[in-house]
Amino acid sequence: MFGSALIVFRESLEAALLIGIIAASTRGLAFRNQWLAIGIAAGVAGSFVVAWLTESIAEMAGGSGQELFKASVLGLAVVMIGWHNIWMASHSKEMAGKAKSIGTEIRSGSQELSAIAIAIALTVLREGSEAALFVQGMLASTTNSTGAVLLGALMGLVAGSALGLVTYFGLLRIPLKRFFSVTSGLLLLLSAGLASQMSKFLIQADLIPSLATPLWDTSWLLPVSSRLGNALYILLGYEDKPAGMQVIFYLTTLFLIATASSWMQQRSQPSSHILKSA
Amino acid sequence: MNIRPFLLTLALLPAFAFAADLEFKLVIKDHRFVPSEIKVPAGQKVKLLVDNQDPTPEEFESHELNREKVIAGKSKATIFIGPLKVGSYPFIGEFNEATAKGVVIAE
Repeated sequence: MFGSALIVFRESLEAALLIGIIAASTRGLAFRNQWLAIGIAAGVAGSFVVAWLTESIAEMAGGSGQELFKASVLGLAVVMIGWHNIWMASHSKEMAGKAKSIGTEIRSGSQELSAIAIAIALTVLREGSEAALFVQGMLASTTNSTGAVLLGALMGLVAGSALGLVTYFGLLRIPLKRFFSVTSGLLLLLSAGLASQMSKFLIQADLIPSLATPLWDTSWLLPVSSRLGNALYILLGYEDKPAGMQVIFYLTTLFLIATASSWMQQRSQPSSHILKSA
Repeated sequence: MNIRPFLLTLALLPAFAFAADLEFKLVIKDHRFVPSEIKVPAGQKVKLLVDNQDPTPEEFESHELNREKVIAGKSKATIFIGPLKVGSYPFIGEFNEATAKGVVIAE
């Protein structure tokens, strides 16, 4: 039971934290909850499909199908979160102003909210498919009782989701003046971390060179397997032994999204006095 | 589905696929790795061929090697590792952590 609880907890944690941050960053958007729910539901449904197709996916591309699949899922998630961040930058004044007055919601295009739903669905799918596969394996082996495995999985899922909620409500306590810069900053670092993970799978499939393996080794100081190291891995993309290529992907993503965001923010500058008076 | 990464990687494929890689076989049986110790040359990229003979899936994971890969039950997987510095690099089967342990020794 604890085996399945622990694994499902680990897999659900990353998705839960991302959902927590995205949910916070979209406060005040009309129809937000519906789109979050769509993203989560699509991700859960996709998890079972991907878990079921694991073998066929793995056999694609000469045995590197899984890596290509994961890299694509990660790459698309980076694009969606990046898009969300850039959109937020161009609407930051409006968001900060309106979030103060209870009840008023900002109208955003379905484009923006569907980008969020896709990012969430992809993250849930990535982690959920592994959890589903694992639970299925546990159920298949005769030594475990079905009830205990499912109860454990449920406990793990609840624990992971609880941390997502803690993240969400923790972020909501940040004063409004700094709120959207904090959530955008978090999503920026998080998406750079996803890009670094993406490159790791391409290296693992031997499709791109690793360049310097590793570029540095800080496992003696803060191993990524430790609790803090793992939290930083999920949130900031911390690695204790990154390949040089991972660092390149990380920095490039960081630079591209940050540049586009600040450009969009400058374009919406005329309304900057609203922020000061707010 | 975004197919650009696929196309990009396919385009890059020939550029990096020329080198003949050293191959090492690893079997998963009864939630254990056989052999549990693999010696590989340091400073060279090597290919691990993992054969999961169990009916249940396993996740090959190693923070030291910076690798993770899910391997379905009764199936095979390829994992490229290295080039490694001289040293030992433990790995585990995350789904059966208690028994599935092994180490890559680069020398």
